[in-house]
Order: sequence, then structure tokens, then C-alpha cells
Amino acid sequence: MDTQTNKLAFDGGWQYAPAPESTDHIHIDERYGLFIGGEFVEPADGGYFTSINPASEEPLAEVATATAADVDRAVAAARKAFKGPWSKMHAAERGKYIYRLARILQERAREFAVIESLDGGKPIRESRDIDIPLAAAHFFYYAGWADKLEYAFPGRKALPLGVAGQVIPWNFPLLMLAWKIAPALACGNAVVLKPAETTPLTALKVAEVVRDAGLPPGVVNILTGAGDTGAAIVNHPDVDKIAFTGSTDVGRSIQKAIAGSGKKYTLELGGKAANIIFADAAIDEAVEGIVNGIFFNQGHVCCAGSRLFVQESVGDEVIRKLKDRMETLIIGDPLDKNTDIGAINSAAQLERIEEYLKIGREEGAEMHQSSCPVPERGYWCRPTIFTGVSQSNRVVQEEIFGPVLAVQTFRTEEEGLTKANNTPYGLSGGVWTDKGAKIFKMTQGVRAGVIWANTFNKFDPTSPFGGYKESGVGREGGLHGLDAYVKLEV
Amino acid sequence: MTLAAVPSKTPVPDLERVARVDEVGVNERVARFQSRSIKTESKIEALKLVLAMIDLTTLEGQDTPGKVRQLCQKAMHLHDRMPGLPHVAAICVYPTMVAIAKKALGQSGIKVASVATAFPSGMAPRSIKLEETRMAVAEGADEIDMVISRGAFLQGELGFVFDEIAAIKEACGAAHLKVILETGELGTLDRVRRASWLAMHAGADFIKTSTGKIQPAATMPVTLVMLQAIREYWYNKGRMVGMKPAGGIANSKLALHYLVMLRETLGNAWMTPEWFRFGASSLANDVLMQLQKQATGVYQSADYFSKD
Repeated sequence: MDTQTNKLAFDGGWQYAPAPESTDHIHIDERYGLFIGGEFVEPADGGYFTSINPASEEPLAEVATATAADVDRAVAAARKAFKGPWSKMHAAERGKYIYRLARILQERAREFAVIESLDGGKPIRESRDIDIPLAAAHFFYYAGWADKLEYAFPGRKALPLGVAGQVIPWNFPLLMLAWKIAPALACGNAVVLKPAETTPLTALKVAEVVRDAGLPPGVVNILTGAGDTGAAIVNHPDVDKIAFTGSTDVGRSIQKAIAGSGKKYTLELGGKAANIIFADAAIDEAVEGIVNGIFFNQGHVCCAGSRLFVQESVGDEVIRKLKDRMETLIIGDPLDKNTDIGAINSAAQLERIEEYLKIGREEGAEMHQSSCPVPERGYWCRPTIFTGVSQSNRVVQEEIFGPVLAVQTFRTEEEGLTKANNTPYGLSGGVWTDKGAKIFKMTQGVRAGVIWANTFNKFDPTSPFGGYKESGVGREGGLHGLDAYVKLEV
Repeated sequence: MTLAAVPSKTPVPDLERVARVDEVGVNERVARFQSRSIKTESKIEALKLVLAMIDLTTLEGQDTPGKVRQLCQKAMHLHDRMPGLPHVAAICVYPTMVAIAKKALGQSGIKVASVATAFPSGMAPRSIKLEETRMAVAEGADEIDMVISRGAFLQGELGFVFDEIAAIKEACGAAHLKVILETGELGTLDRVRRASWLAMHAGADFIKTSTGKIQPAATMPVTLVMLQAIREYWYNKGRMVGMKPAGGIANSKLALHYLVMLRETLGNAWMTPEWFRFGASSLANDVLMQLQKQATGVYQSADYFSKD
């Protein structure tokens, strides 16, 4: 049968009219200072940079660049807050403040969702249904732990560490902020947090929330800036703990920088997750899982299922269905409620992704992209799959952090496992089969921190998250996430 | 009743090889369809398409020739005050009402669909089912909506079910055959997928969810599984099969979600009354009310829309 003529038609015909989310209810200041000691202040050297909307390349706001002097001020404010009210406060009172943050986030969810999509390029459907509700859920979850730490660590006394320096990435700005701040506060620490330079706005909005919620000044400090600001936080002698989410390269340099300093640290780094589809899986639902695994958030997901392994007898079927499904994905205005794939976060990231597309083709892989039209302005990348690749291809080995999937086939469970584990990363993985015994065998065999069975990219505050090998050190989320923010005494 | 089957001409497909269905995944996909936002002109276009896809149905023991004629009038004149409306796809009635509907609809282009094969239970000998089908076709039915023998299917007598569908298909002659799976009695989505596969291989022109007499009737997850089966069949055999969810689709919003699901599963080729139908009795008026709202910005009372 000729598969070329026998093709489903998704172009033309009935189309969805634009359904943009309103921006009337949001307010973004023209210029933001640094949030230190409970108020917005000018940066010491007066420098500002511009945060842009990656879907339109239009400027959104000017944001201060924090230098070493600002980091000094912020760490001092955090130390003062820690010594003063925060660590001495009754734990149940601390919990109340965190609950308050969670409730305000929930109440202002629409506003946060729109700003997250404007600043980062992610579709409003995701920021509205996933990022913001999950961020609020993390605050709710850890608020509950604040006065129950003695049950989290029975027989031991859980003491706060002091000041936590936290550096977060641009792919889930508010959610990563919640992952960092919520457990730190619950355990009684004060924080100095730096959002990524391309996505600072929701963190600055959280600064407003922190102020409005009446948290003691200095408990939460937000410093904007680029890599130098992050380095100044990491290297500050009065910081007791570093929590970093980002690239493996930066994670490695952080580990070097703080070696011997006694600082406690958690690093959540890159990934190149294997998504393994067996012939006996529910194939149509597995195809959804592949799409969700790699095209969620434009593939800007450290646990993205970027390596697909399909059992060979269903290889052609899965690829055909995947290609048809890709044709139904809508790329465009992140604020449109029907958009499936938004803008690539920055020009630099788009360049990096396009470089990998070039490498993939040059290495002889077959590239397929969906035919969806993309806007003229802004940074866009169509959903892409590479077939005809092997473990030796760079697009299989290296983290691309974009909507790019490398597809290989396998024959036996052993071959699938070997290939899945043949990577320096180990953050996540997925297994798709109708057979329970195979789920247990495969999920025990894949060396990664999170493994999903018959689903992908599911997150919950109660579930720990973190990597093996070059994917990181330590766990965030759940009971394990508390451990990173306490010292235990008998 | 004996289940001994007539030897089949085409082999019964191996249902063990039919793709598995993951209910959680199906429900998640359905939720995505439901989150699509259909506004302004695309909403108006879709609402008109919904009207054109309706099989306007009356299947009651108390049906009379007069009631069927009234329904035919409604089918041809949905709401004449609103210009540019299509007519519905078909009228769906019992075999005894086929001749009356055929005459009432005249040259309108609206098809007459007749249920047959001891609708809704299907509990009758094959000879009677065949006779009923031939009678409905002879009276002028353009389409036959048959029910499968669910008891036999659940017992694993797949050859019996297959042969019965094939025999009814033959009795239909030129009339189109819609095969009702009565998914509310099948219990699992895996069985829905298998029954769909069996019906298509046996010659179904359409597969249809329900009689409307059993709850649950059509649901989005069940319809998605059937659409996926149609896609699979088309990938394999290159033959298009139509889809008809029936029962429980009473409002416009839900109907639009079905269209979204259809579009994103099978593509544009299926987005016509030739390949997709809604089996419904009260959907049309809700769609008309929504169209009125789109045109004027306000809802009108239900009393401004004729109920036949």
C-alpha cells in the first residue's frame, strides 16, 4: 500500500479562529529594581537589562542587574531575617505565611499565567493548567510540613541551615521558584533567589506577593541578573546552601566553586530521557505520550523524553501516527488558548536548537518537521523528529532542549535497556506496555530519578524529583525535598 | 437460538492483534479536545456543520405517521427565519415509518435511515433480521442502522457476529450500513475497539456507538476509540468508514468538542455529513439557539424554536 497517497489531511478546512487570552487584567512595571529586605531597591551600580517577549521580540520591562555589592546586601538582609524573626518564629506561624503565599498565587493565577506566557513564550494552556497550579500546590504542600518536621525526621531534630542561595532556569520560571522557595521557607531558612535573565517577571511579581503577604523583610530576596549574579550568590561566603537548576556545565562549575566550602547543595541538571514503547503498548495513547514527552513546553524540559525507542515490529506504525499527530499541533501566539507549541525562549536558544538540526542532518539522520505555519516575528521551531539515527549521533547523545526527538528502534527488552542507559544523563524515563511485569522489569532497570509508566511528564509536589549521573545531585519535592534544607541533630 | 454460523467468505480478523486501549490516556486526550476554544466565525461554521450532520431521530413505541411527518418538516425547515441554514443529513425512524418519511421528504435530499435487526436489543433470529432489513430497504431506506448481537460478541462468538454483519450488509444492497456496537453494553474500551474492528472488516459503512436506549450512550472517550479504529482501518485498508455517535449529545458545546475530536483524529476528509453523523433528537434546537446568539448577541427563549 502506498503510504504517500494514503495520508490524513489536516491543512485547510475548518480552522480554529484566534482565541487570545486577555491581557487587560495584568500590570507590568516599566522598570523593576531588586527585591532586598522586603522592598524594591535600585541596583548598586545602576545597571538594567531588558526582558523581551520571545513571541514578538517586543520589550516587556527593564530589570536591574545585581552585582556583587547587591548580593552582599541581599545575603545580609536574609541573614538578619533568619536570625531575627524567621528562625525563632513558631513553626505553625511560619506555615501560615507559606499558606498565604499559596493562596495569593491561586487567587492571582490568571495574571501569573499571562505574564509567564508573555515573558517565557510558553502556551497559555500550559501556564494556566500546569505551571501556576503546580506552583501553588508546592507552596500548599510545603506549608503543611512547616510545623511537622519532627514527623518528617523521627527521633532527630531538624534545624534550618540559614541562608539559601537559589538559582533557577527559564523553562519553568514560577514553578522552579516554588520548588526552591517553598521547602526552604518551610524548614525555616531565608532565601536569596535569582531568576533566569530571560524570564524574571513572574519572580518579581512574587516579590510583590511576598511584600503584600507581610512576610518579615529579608526572608525572601529576589535578585535579577545573568551568570555573574548567579556566580556571586554561589560564591558568597555567608550562604549556607546552594540550590541550582540548569545546565550540566554550570552545575559542574558550581560544584567546583563550592568544593570544600561546607555549603550544602542540590543540583538539578540536564537530561536526555529515554521513552521506550513496546509493541504491546496502547499505541495511540503512547503516541500522545511521545508528543507530551518531547513537545511539552517547546521541549524546554530537562526531563523531556528526547530519545524515543520503539520496538521494531511497531516502528513504522508509531512513526506514521506520530507524524500525523504532529500535523495537528498548533504553533503560534503563546497567549492563544489553542496554541500547543509556543515560542522558543530566546534567540540564543533558537540558535542552539538550529545548530543541532544542522548537526543532525550533516550526520546523515533523516529529519521530519510538521508543516504548521509559524509567525514571522519571534523565535519559533517546528516540532522535529530525527529517524535513522544511532547511539553515536550527537542528536542522540546531547541535550538539545528544544522540540527535537531522536527515534531509534530496538528488538529485545535487554537491547532497549542497554540503549536507554547508554547516556551520561539519568533524570527521567518512560515505559509503555500493557504488561505489568514488563513495567516492573524496565522501570527497575532504567537508571534515572523519575520513571513514568504509560504516561510522561507528570509532576506532583509529593513526589521527589532529581537525577542520576550528570543529571544532578539531591532530590527536590516530597519528603526528600525537606532533607535538602535542614541539618539533622539527634 | 443457535450460534452456528454460516461459513464466512472473508476470514474473521484476529482481534488479539487489535491495538490495546489505555483508558487513562484516552481520557487525557479527550480533555485536550475539550480545552480547545472555538470562537466567532469558526464557531458559526462549526454549528452549521453540526446541523448538517444530524440524523434527526424518533424511535419510540408511540411514534405515529403524523409525528414522523412533523419531524420531516422540521428536518427540511430547521428555522426558516434564519437564512443560510443547511438541512439535516437524515431522518432516523423505525422500518414501519420509512415509507411515510420517504414521501414526506420528497426531493429534499435528506436521507431516510431506518433502524433494523430487532432494534434495540437485536434479540431475534437472523432470518427475521434479514427480512426486516430487506423490507426497510424496499420501503425506500437509504441507510440501515443495525445492532450487533452483543451477547454473542461478549461470549466470544466473533464469527457469528462477523457473519451476521456481512449478511445484513448484503441484504442492504445499495443502502449504507451503520453498525451499532451498543458500547454501553460492551463494558471496556478494549472491547469497543475490537468490535469496531470486527464491524469494519465485515463491511460496515459507518460504525455507531449506541441505540440511545442504553446508558451510557455516546461518550467522547468511546467515540475517540472508534475514531482511532477507523483511522487504523484506513491506514491498513485504504477504505474510509464513517462514524456516528448517538444518544446523549444534546448541546452545542459538546457537539463542537466532537468536531474538534474528529478534526484532530481523522482530518478534514471526514468533516462532512457523508462521513460523520450525530444521532440526536434535541441537539438541533440547541444549535439553532446558539446560532441565534452568535447573530444577535442574546439568547432567545426556547419557545421561539419549533419542537417537532
